[in-house]
Amino acid sequence: MATGIRDKVAILGMGCSKFGERWDMGAEELMVEAYIEALTDAGIETNQIQAGWFSTHIDEIGVGKGGTPMSVALRLPNVAVTRVENFCAGGSEAFRGAVYAVASGAYDIALALGVEKLKDTGYGGLPTGQPGTLLPQWGANGSAPGNFAQLASAYRAKHGVSKQDLKRAIAHVSVKSHENGAKNPKAHLQKPITEEMALNAPMIAEPLGLFDCCGVSDGAAAAIVTTPEIARAMGKKDIITVKALQLALSNGLESAHNSWDGSYFHTARIASKKAYDEAGIRKPRDEVSMMEVHDCFSITELVTMEDLFISDEGRAVNDVMDGFYDASGKVPCQIDGGLKCFGHPIGASGLRMLYEMYLQLQGRAGARQLKNPKIGLTHNLGGAPSMNVCSVAIIGAHGA
Amino acid sequence: MTDVGITAFGAYLPRLRLQRKAMAQANAWFNPAIMGQGKGERTMANWDEDAVTMSVEAARDALPGGDPFVGRSHVQALYFASTTMPFADRQNAGIVAAALSLPEDIHTADVTGSQRAGVSALIAALEKVKAGGAKTALVASADRRKTRAGSVQEFQFGDGAAALVVGTDRVAAKYLGSHSLSLDFVDHFRGESEEYDYNWEERWIRDEGYTKIVPRAVKGALEKAGVAAASIDHFILPCQFAKLDQQLAAKCGIDAAKVRDNLAATVGECGTAHALLMFAHALEEAKPGQKILVAAFGQGCDAAVFEVTDVIDRARPHKGVKGWLARRKEETNYVKWLAFNGLVEMEKGMRAEKDNKTALTVTYRKRDMLFGLVGGKCEKCGTAQFPRTRICVNPNCRAVDQQKPFSFAELKGKILSWSADYLTYSQDPPAHYGMVTFEEGGRFLSDITDVDIGTIDTGSAMRMVFRIKDFDEKRGFRRYFWKAAPVY
Repeated sequence: MATGIRDKVAILGMGCSKFGERWDMGAEELMVEAYIEALTDAGIETNQIQAGWFSTHIDEIGVGKGGTPMSVALRLPNVAVTRVENFCAGGSEAFRGAVYAVASGAYDIALALGVEKLKDTGYGGLPTGQPGTLLPQWGANGSAPGNFAQLASAYRAKHGVSKQDLKRAIAHVSVKSHENGAKNPKAHLQKPITEEMALNAPMIAEPLGLFDCCGVSDGAAAAIVTTPEIARAMGKKDIITVKALQLALSNGLESAHNSWDGSYFHTARIASKKAYDEAGIRKPRDEVSMMEVHDCFSITELVTMEDLFISDEGRAVNDVMDGFYDASGKVPCQIDGGLKCFGHPIGASGLRMLYEMYLQLQGRAGARQLKNPKIGLTHNLGGAPSMNVCSVAIIGAHGA
Repeated sequence: MTDVGITAFGAYLPRLRLQRKAMAQANAWFNPAIMGQGKGERTMANWDEDAVTMSVEAARDALPGGDPFVGRSHVQALYFASTTMPFADRQNAGIVAAALSLPEDIHTADVTGSQRAGVSALIAALEKVKAGGAKTALVASADRRKTRAGSVQEFQFGDGAAALVVGTDRVAAKYLGSHSLSLDFVDHFRGESEEYDYNWEERWIRDEGYTKIVPRAVKGALEKAGVAAASIDHFILPCQFAKLDQQLAAKCGIDAAKVRDNLAATVGECGTAHALLMFAHALEEAKPGQKILVAAFGQGCDAAVFEVTDVIDRARPHKGVKGWLARRKEETNYVKWLAFNGLVEMEKGMRAEKDNKTALTVTYRKRDMLFGLVGGKCEKCGTAQFPRTRICVNPNCRAVDQQKPFSFAELKGKILSWSADYLTYSQDPPAHYGMVTFEEGGRFLSDITDVDIGTIDTGSAMRMVFRIKDFDEKRGFRRYFWKAAPVY
């Protein structure tokens, strides 16, 4: 009988590069920036790293395939490095690999690192991919915003929400994240915006305007994990442990079976339920202190509030407008600015979310520090609403 | 002897109607005389339409609706006529046949090279059925001719298609006979690798061409059909010279009042398809016992004579020329016309640099899916699904290898979710796409075409259409797939 991951693995150190348009740095340099911070935070030397998990998504414009780019950039001591790729959820996937490796007893200390260098394409937005040989012959000619925008029309139809009300609610989602991002010196976008700016921005994909879309950024983030026992033996206090790590993948139901109504993430509901079980959380709306969710687009964040069972179904619009997810609200969300403002270097994002939860839990989040958070949840999504990978991770104080 | 003739007919016209006034105004600075052409409208194919896709639509208009595997299994031959076939070496008729889910055991042929190719194809089909070479033959013809900006042809031509089913069962227009003339009269030509026609003087074409050649073919056809000229009720001759068709009819002894409207004001001349389009239009109005003469000019002339039977009412198309004429959207943006026809180079942005190389092995392996929109239906739980896979998508079934081919092409769809995307590259932004669901089961995220911003929403009724999916400009290839379009 599986017992889950709760409290079996501790985070020894974390690091995160400045996100943004890092014209001065390649993926290799960004990796080093995040890694040195994590290494210093952990208080260890490179030769203590016993294995690594490396996440990067777009190898065509990044560092290429394989695990060697990280092994070489960090001059790792010829240890195992595995490259993982699971769309935009790769960062969480790298973390999962390192955590499970430590939990298995195979290694004492493992590294998870994610990086993405997106600003070498020559144009804005995510690069256009080549998804195999069959899909280009029949799949809709879409972009990420257009795919996620699908949620809006289906959500409106299901819950009888008017176009204007939903547009205003998603505008508030972005206004809130910009407010938070303005307090984060590592964030890509650090300027507050007004609701009017969000509502009147150029349309990207109906109904998503420019401010409904997250930043496309360069960046890297890293975590070094070990067992709570080793962490304690190393003299660490305020030990942060992993409470839950869940991953749910679409199996084609949403895209091919008429039981899905298009207004929510089927996988997120499954992953979050399993994560709450694993972490021993019964009432997420009361027990989760704060969250970093995958707000690639404002509409994604809004429906995710329901998929994580924080807002009741059909009530996310009200909670958002009531400020429930604001920094001053009951469950602050995107306190670091989120993908929206911190930025979205794909392979790093899952680890960046954990980085903020880790800082907050240790009381090291500076100007944006929340009061006494206990449980932090990260939700990291890859793919599109109709076919995706969803990771839900929960971390908290050891024993909490 | 068994009657041979037309058993069903259909047509297709693209939705957009380019206003000739807008065309003339845009070109008058260069050629003030062009203002004289600025009357009426011409059909304008969408960027994702070509002779193949328009033929598929015309054939669907003629053939029975419902499951194509049931309603089209009787077709034993397909003739596809056009001078704007997308492929010079790859049988274009084969693409049309695959898109229609016609049986693979079928005789298919491309008929091309002359403006009379449509009628030539029709005569070939009639003679084949008459000789017992096929019980049922389908003739489909379409053209999307490329013209230089500001040319008279740009004003006179239209984009469109027609289809006729030839058979012996329930013949609606009995074939009485035909006559063909072959004369290398080069009124215009388009050499190998050339994009545009080269035209000779109009007066010569009128006086030495049409006036001398057409009557010979018409008289020959009437003689073979054993029909008196005076008894012709519908005279069909695509001809761009005003009133020349009436003069030629009169010259042949046919009442000039029986000359059919050549649709110049509303459609424009649709190349090889035009005679067949006019024929389909005539059949929509024809009464039992009426006689129809169809002629087409082009390096000679083909002419055929038909007699409408009393089952004509049972052969009517789904939409027909009248139905398609009624579905129209005025287009006044001449630059959009230029862009859709490759006459101006738009700034496409870096996103358009995506390599659209097609894995032909995959295209062939998945041919029923990609050309016929054929998915699967699970024999165990009855769930229809697209694409067809080895394991059933129904979470309560999961049966392995239980799916039988199931066509979605003629099913009505509904929009579940949609977006209009300005980011992704499209020849006609914003790119519309959405989740389209089918009442019979099944769904997929589909491109949406022939749509205006703000006109669709969750619940909108959709119809599937066969269109160009992508161009591979690097290799001169184009790939096709199905898209959703609003029901009309």
